[in-house]
Amino acid sequence: MRRVLTLYSTTIGKKVVMAVTGILLVGFVLGHMIGNLKLYLPAHDGMAAIDHYGEGLRSFGAPFLAHGQFLWIARSVLILAVGLHIWSAISLKVRSNAARPIAYKRVAYEDSTLASRTMIWGGVLLLAFIVFHLLHFTTGTITPGFDFEHGAVFANVTGGFSNVGVAIFYIVAMVALAMHLYHGVWSMLQTLGANHPRYNSWRKKLALAIAIIVAVANISFPVAVLTGLVG
Amino acid sequence: MKLKLHIWRQTSQDAPGAFADYELDDVSPDMSFLEMLDVLNERLILDEQEPVVFDNDCREGICGACGMVINGHPHGPQKLTTTCQLHMRKFRDGDELWIEPWRAKAFPVLRDLMVDRSALDRIIEVGGYVSVNTGGVPDANAIPIGKGVADLSMDAAACIGCGACVAACPNASASLFTAAKITHLGVLPQGEIERNTRVQEMVAQMDEEAFGHCTNHGECDAACPKGISVDFIARMNRDFVRGVTREPITR
Ligand code: HEM
Ligand code: FES
Repeated sequence: MRRVLTLYSTTIGKKVVMAVTGILLVGFVLGHMIGNLKLYLPAHDGMAAIDHYGEGLRSFGAPFLAHGQFLWIARSVLILAVGLHIWSAISLKVRSNAARPIAYKRVAYEDSTLASRTMIWGGVLLLAFIVFHLLHFTTGTITPGFDFEHGAVFANVTGGFSNVGVAIFYIVAMVALAMHLYHGVWSMLQTLGANHPRYNSWRKKLALAIAIIVAVANISFPVAVLTGLVG
Repeated sequence: MKLKLHIWRQTSQDAPGAFADYELDDVSPDMSFLEMLDVLNERLILDEQEPVVFDNDCREGICGACGMVINGHPHGPQKLTTTCQLHMRKFRDGDELWIEPWRAKAFPVLRDLMVDRSALDRIIEVGGYVSVNTGGVPDANAIPIGKGVADLSMDAAACIGCGACVAACPNASASLFTAAKITHLGVLPQGEIERNTRVQEMVAQMDEEAFGHCTNHGECDAACPKGISVDFIARMNRDFVRGVTREPITR
């Protein structure tokens, strides 16, 4: 434990925490995206494919776990990961803001990208998105233009995205997520010291591929509902 | 060629600084950047004004003393080149140049374009060495070292400690410098012995100085006059975790 705390007191340790929680979050984002793709599968047994999937998540781990328990375990881990990720991000950002009290008059960027320079702002937008997304589709607290029903995933998604404003917010958030991942995935590998001359040139390509796949798939859902492709 | 210069002037560490404007009319394209400033300074001295203070020593691109930010580029726009090796032919007649000191809390401006880089020296002091027992001079090549390892160490050892990486980094991080020094010693058999503790000492000191952290922008290796790669930073991160888990130190 002491070693973990020593590690966490250093800048590299905090980055390692961001990278490890980042792996969890990227894994979740990919899994979540694959699950959502069931929106496009045909209904069977009188229920939409994605509703079967939702029920599957709730009964996952039975009979060892009680109904819905797996979901709560996953949620706790994710909330903890997001919390640690944001805490480390803020404490590092405060530090680096103080590290250059007088700004340059002229700045000429070479290798940094818009994505790398907006990580914290993209992160803030993502946090706002995560909170809204949970209130929208998980708890059904904010439901502009549709009646939320627990477990009726297909109806909630098609209802939720029929509101153009909400759909646009989702699309903007997914562009921000793609940018966060484009820098984040490469940065994470660098932070964890995953480098080797043989595959170094693949690291940025991997980050770009993950960013594009996540953005295209996730943006397709609101677009499919708005264009009437699904619903 | 004619140039319009805006140069940061500051009389002491605590004094507020400001840009002063100068015009030069007959700059030769064959001059180095520092020679151009020498010409300006001669004129300022004849006019009984204070010359512009800047660090320099070898003027051969090997000592790491010189360095200023020219139009946003540490050491100017030419890749792999120190300020002293930058020539005026890289600029065009009529150019307007903004010349600023390295900007970082850890590098306080002493005067004009001269900054105090002893924070880097303090990082070296806590671990940038190998411990060798005194006695007779060891035989050359007594310890065989593979070509790959020797090359890696030499690539890292190319760092001249000028501080351009800190100047270029949006977070004013000294990670590239520290990583280069850690690698240069840590990969060799002589330095391997202290590898776990060295990395912890040097990273702790880097954190103690007012440098920012690394967010992997990659601005440092683009600005480095010696082409030190950010791959060394990944290596430092890995070494650091390894050091903390195997041989933790208390400081
Ligand atoms: C919820 C709000 C979020 C905030 C405020 C946030 C903030 C940040 C910031 C500021 C960085 C850069 C830190 C640095 O380089 O020092 C970062 C890196 C990263 N973020 Fe996030 N982020 C958030 C959500 C996410 C999500 C949802 C994911 C995954 C899908 C994610 C994945 C990553 C990864 C992989 C990194 C790279 C870690 C590294 O550089 O080692 N983040 N985040
Ligand atoms: S003066 Fe020595 S490197 Fe420029």
